[in-house]
Amino acid sequence: MSLLGDRQQLAYIASQAADARVNVELETEGMTLNIGPQHPATHGTLRIIARLDGEQVIWAEPSAGYMHRGYEKLTEVRTYPQVTALVNRIDWLGSFANEVPFILAAEKLMGVEAPSRAQHIRTILFELSRIANVSLFLGDLGVQLGAVTPVFFAFRDREYVLNLIEAATGGRFHPNFDRIGGLKEDLPAGFIDETRNVMKKLRTFCDQIEDLLFGNEIFQSRTRGIGVIPKDVALQYGMSGANLRASGVDWDLRRDQSLPMAWNKVDWKVITHPDGDSFARCWVRLQEVRESTRIVDQLLDTIPAGPVMAKVPKIIKVPEGEAWVSTENPLGEMGYYVVSQGDMGPFRVKIRSASFNNISIVPWLLKGVYVPDIITILASLYFILGDIDR
Amino acid sequence: MNAAVLSADLAYWAQSLLRVLGGLVAVLLPAGTIVYLFLFKMMSFMQSRLGPMEAGPYGSMQLFAEVGKWLQKEDIYPARADKFLFKIAPLIVLASTFLLVAVVPFGPDAWFTDFEAGVFYMLAVSSVSVLGILIAGWSSANKYSLLGGLRAAGQLIAYELPMVLAVVGVVIQAGTMNMQGIVVAQNAGSMFGWDGLGNPYVLTQFVGFVIFMIAVQAELTQTPFDMPIAESELVSGYMTEYSGFRFLIFFIGEFATAGVFSMIASVLFLGGWAVPFSWFGWTNLNDIDNWMNVAGPLILFTKMVVLSFIIMWVRFSFPRFREDQLQRFAWKVLIPVSLVNIMLTAIFKVAF
Amino acid sequence: MFPLSSTTDSTTEAPRDEIRDTEIARVIAALNGAVLDSLVKPNDDMWIRVSADSWVATGNTLKSLGYSYFCFLSAIDWMPSPFGKGEDDPTDPPKECDTAVKQGYAGGSTRFQVLARVMQPFSSLGINIKVDVDDAVMAIDSWSGVYAGANWHERETHEMFGIGFNGHPDLRNMYLPTDFEGHPLRKDFPLLARIVKPWPGIVDVEPLPGDDDEEEGEAS
Repeated sequence: MSLLGDRQQLAYIASQAADARVNVELETEGMTLNIGPQHPATHGTLRIIARLDGEQVIWAEPSAGYMHRGYEKLTEVRTYPQVTALVNRIDWLGSFANEVPFILAAEKLMGVEAPSRAQHIRTILFELSRIANVSLFLGDLGVQLGAVTPVFFAFRDREYVLNLIEAATGGRFHPNFDRIGGLKEDLPAGFIDETRNVMKKLRTFCDQIEDLLFGNEIFQSRTRGIGVIPKDVALQYGMSGANLRASGVDWDLRRDQSLPMAWNKVDWKVITHPDGDSFARCWVRLQEVRESTRIVDQLLDTIPAGPVMAKVPKIIKVPEGEAWVSTENPLGEMGYYVVSQGDMGPFRVKIRSASFNNISIVPWLLKGVYVPDIITILASLYFILGDIDR
Repeated sequence: MNAAVLSADLAYWAQSLLRVLGGLVAVLLPAGTIVYLFLFKMMSFMQSRLGPMEAGPYGSMQLFAEVGKWLQKEDIYPARADKFLFKIAPLIVLASTFLLVAVVPFGPDAWFTDFEAGVFYMLAVSSVSVLGILIAGWSSANKYSLLGGLRAAGQLIAYELPMVLAVVGVVIQAGTMNMQGIVVAQNAGSMFGWDGLGNPYVLTQFVGFVIFMIAVQAELTQTPFDMPIAESELVSGYMTEYSGFRFLIFFIGEFATAGVFSMIASVLFLGGWAVPFSWFGWTNLNDIDNWMNVAGPLILFTKMVVLSFIIMWVRFSFPRFREDQLQRFAWKVLIPVSLVNIMLTAIFKVAF
Repeated sequence: MFPLSSTTDSTTEAPRDEIRDTEIARVIAALNGAVLDSLVKPNDDMWIRVSADSWVATGNTLKSLGYSYFCFLSAIDWMPSPFGKGEDDPTDPPKECDTAVKQGYAGGSTRFQVLARVMQPFSSLGINIKVDVDDAVMAIDSWSGVYAGANWHERETHEMFGIGFNGHPDLRNMYLPTDFEGHPLRKDFPLLARIVKPWPGIVDVEPLPGDDDEEEGEAS
């Protein structure tokens, strides 16, 4: 109680005031523009401090941390199921995908493997989260660039996916469905047929977006050649997911890693694009949604029968050890480094979130671009604040 | 509705009152129609939603609800804003709309003023709104507004030129700068000897029509030319700091100007308030019956709705241009094409 | 797949083991004695621990060996928390906590260790690198010259653990306000939420009826 004393609180307030004063100063050599933290373009409370010369950026610096919730500290006082519930909220648009790597890491340490039906259903829900997440990206892409219509189609079609997730797990945004050893419960009746219908609707949605947005000449001229990230720079910064594949790196953790999930049981392609510009990133994500719908269709055809939960003790104590599991989340590579010392909760969890690395390239990338291009680049890099700030 | 010489019996003050009322209606009725029909309903239907449905049947009273909402807001302005400039900026923008509508003919005798150089006046006065936007951007003491105002200045001035050049073709073909004269020339004229449709310049001056509509889209700062507003970057650009009644003036002004420009476009290209004279056997302005004074505004209104439909439709479909792409488009594409158009028009006018 | 602990069969797992074993041997050879300890978990992952002086050289060597993808860089504080989980009734006498420092894989000799992970793209082979951070010095060299992405990770590690990074261009706070005092992820920095207000779960909560399999079994 006496640890966060008055002095500390006063220091915190003083630093906030100092940071706020930066906004008001008008400097003569170029203008310092504050984009955010409240701004329609940034997906959340991201603040970008840009020094402009007219309409060109001299340097730009993202200032993250407006949404820092202290996840890694919180995990140290929670049990594994509690951490699962907590971790849903890192990437809140595709939230089932956040639970999976953590549960897999805990299962690795315990030496249990979920039954194959549970693995299948996990993969289906994982891909559904990806579809929900990226379809919102596609709609939001239009809004960032000025086309106000596609976003409504995106939200309308995303509702179908969210209804599916709610039917299976009980929660639209925070399913909290994964458990060490399997899943909380089995799928409801009618899920498989309903999912097939929804996948058809989403393929139609992808076609619509391709027509409406990607085929538009203005969109192309706004995104082609903007924000080119070469391959080696992308790897050095740790960019992952669609951003990396759009720079021509043929690497997908679903295919190139062996995890107890069902991706290697179905037939699908990894999509890359050689250009590395904003258009490439958007295009790769669009095609990935299409591929995801095909993956889900194939998985639905081959769900094995069986239990959805392995035999695990009632009170779960994970043996000592360290484990790292990362998966190809909608935003990129998300991984958990779980350190356990034999307790009911982890000793230390390092959450490696994709958007943190994806945004770390922004200072390098934004030199010399125009102000509208800042928005285009940020939109194409696609981050979620909860993922950056944890 | 707008009678200049309706009857000699009315006193001067009555005539003036009528003109003022007529002017208000001529500006506000298109604004209201466009806002309800296109902004509320058409945009919503395009986005697979219903739009306002609560206020009145099918949300028809929504506009009044909006006006009431804006009117009852607190009149605030930024502490460091230049108060006088901040307050008059929206009025300048609205003033240009009223100045524009003064020269639009609504019927054979229903007009406010009948300039011999109506087109010239119209093009000159449409630039007054640029001043208002610049003043709004500068006086708001806000970096975003400043950026929006500067972008607007560049864009609006750049797109004045294609507009002017597109209209020159019409003037060459009509042989007069008088707006009423242009209407008569279109409807009394004939195409290759057939006068069933008159001579609407949208057919012969199609290129000019397209350029004019694009330039109008840019003059109204509508997407795809809405860099000055650019909602996802500048959060309303030069209008960011305005709220309450002042924002309402900007809002109404935007759509009123859209309506007035559509009216002007229909006068210049679609034949204005008239239908082809051959349908009724008229040959010139004096032949026209008096009922055309009532029907004329309605016909003009219909044509205006059609053209603003196109403007709004493009607005809701396209992403926006970047500022330099916008300028490049104006200077390197639109102006050369309109110059070629003028040349060809002149050649054909002499040849045929 | 991950073998269940009772059925480890080294002969059928050998091919994947060999990949990692040869790989780690190649890495250790290239690093020329900088490696203090190493561990390979078959079918799982590789760990090495290097000395603090050779931290940057390790990074450069790994980059030249093909580990061009920078995954993350962070730190681990091996001291168990003296505050426990904060789930105890504040009116009870404080429990005895064992604060002995005990490191994990690939050993260690200090309380703080910096942990980094780099991967080879395409083959998805990754290697975890640990380095001891001396308590007196509390600083190691910066990796921002080796992998550009380490810049932000080092800033976050610095503010959360108090570990300095020599040669970092701009070591300021990532998340926390500029004047924040303390380093939150250290185990002796308490979780303030549990200190300011007693944990609501202290009161015994009835388990949901019929939900025995998923009961967390938590009762204070």
